[in-house]
Amino acid sequence: MPADAHTVADLSRLLQTRAITSEEVTQRCLACIEDRDQSINAFITVLSEQARAQARAADSEIAAGRYRGPLHGVPISLKDLIDVRGTPTTAASRVRAGHVAASDAAVTTRLRDAGAVFVGKTNLHEFAFGTTNEDSAYGPVHHPLDLTRSPGGSSGGSAASVLAGMAFASIGTDTGGSIRIPSSVCGLVGLKPALGEVPTDGVVPLSTVLDHVGPMCRSVDDASVVFQALRGTRNPTPTRPRELSGLRFGVPRPYFLDWLDPEVAAAFDAACARLTRQGVVLQDVAIPHAPLAGPVYVHLALPEAAAYHAATLDSRPDDYTPNVRFRIEMGRYVLAQDYVRAMMGREALMRDVNAALEHRDGLLLPTMPMPATTLGATTISMNGVEEPIRNAMLRLTQVFNITGHPAITVPCGKTRTGLPIGLQAVGTRTSDLIDVAAAIERVLEP
Amino acid sequence: MIDVRLAMTLETWLEQATQDAERRGLVALRPLLEGLARSTAALRAADWNLDLSGPAAPRSMPNAR
Repeated sequence: MPADAHTVADLSRLLQTRAITSEEVTQRCLACIEDRDQSINAFITVLSEQARAQARAADSEIAAGRYRGPLHGVPISLKDLIDVRGTPTTAASRVRAGHVAASDAAVTTRLRDAGAVFVGKTNLHEFAFGTTNEDSAYGPVHHPLDLTRSPGGSSGGSAASVLAGMAFASIGTDTGGSIRIPSSVCGLVGLKPALGEVPTDGVVPLSTVLDHVGPMCRSVDDASVVFQALRGTRNPTPTRPRELSGLRFGVPRPYFLDWLDPEVAAAFDAACARLTRQGVVLQDVAIPHAPLAGPVYVHLALPEAAAYHAATLDSRPDDYTPNVRFRIEMGRYVLAQDYVRAMMGREALMRDVNAALEHRDGLLLPTMPMPATTLGATTISMNGVEEPIRNAMLRLTQVFNITGHPAITVPCGKTRTGLPIGLQAVGTRTSDLIDVAAAIERVLEP
Repeated sequence: MIDVRLAMTLETWLEQATQDAERRGLVALRPLLEGLARSTAALRAADWNLDLSGPAAPRSMPNAR
């Protein structure tokens, strides 16, 4: 990585002034992949030749005065659920062996128009159906800071690629927390926009009512730039960090703060104290139906997945990883009446979150109850209570997939052993949430 | 009094789902289906569910979005 270019914002300034070329920085990313990816396993497909060609094209255009904007010439990665024409979209599954995307996903087209360079397709939990990135036909992804740990999932390869310096940003998907969870445990900014804001055409689905596409970056400014590109905005506007004094946030203590790793609890409390010293007003709120988010989520996601996978579950069941196969099989047994109950539960949770946000600038809570988990763990025990690891990891994020509210994670501290901890902000409008998050980020920066 | 021969309870659902999974050679599904049954029970007990046999007038169904 160039010593003076850590973020997309830094790099774009250097590229625009031609202090560095896209070809040079892309080659450094590819070299980093070659050097480190054998141990991290962030990538399924590395697009070396494509990336170099895109980088050379970007350099030519910039030299000719045809600068496209802050993503022009910037190397990024894409979760391997997102179609890039002419390349496989594996979804980390043998079920998709032989697939080649005939066309770009809508977001890929927009990123291409913005001049981004695609270094590769990242590893993920198979079909996005998990939170640890361990169940993948291409092997697990390892956390770049501790190879014995998971980088989170399902967009684990995306997060690892950015943390390890293999890309300046990545595009992930989030159905229950799959952008925010890996971003949190990898010390990144991860944005789940509001439902429907970013198109999902050309992205392998998990659930039509829960799926979101969004950026995973090193800063809120970068997330804003990438988000605007995903929306198709040709001239992105910079973030406008809000004046924090006087802003009001709800903290949903019941349920969300009931079961936390002590270091996560301490980091969240410390972040709240720092924000309070800046004049932020914090108020305890409740989301009464939050304890039912898990049942609602399961009864929405599982039957949708079962419907999508019906043909291949029958024709090639052994091409799925066993854990993912059995979870999708469960969806075949969900009754239609219970799907309807879950949709009613979705309405109830929407009302709860809207009420909690009323007359407030957002909600604040931790992103994950614990830091990065150990690869191979199936349960986690905290404060005398043991939970299956998937349930634990989704606990603080999946509500906002159900309700569709925008949510973003920003780094807010580290454990004693250096593992990142994330703070999650939830809002009503994504653009406002980004401006609030930019201000929070400045306060929480070490 | 509910006639259990006619009732479609979670217990009967679980029994039949488990039998079907075993018929298909998916014995590993059993604990997952038991967990799903617990989740379904919680969903069905939620206060947002309509109950026409109750004293309150039924609400209109919310529009799915």
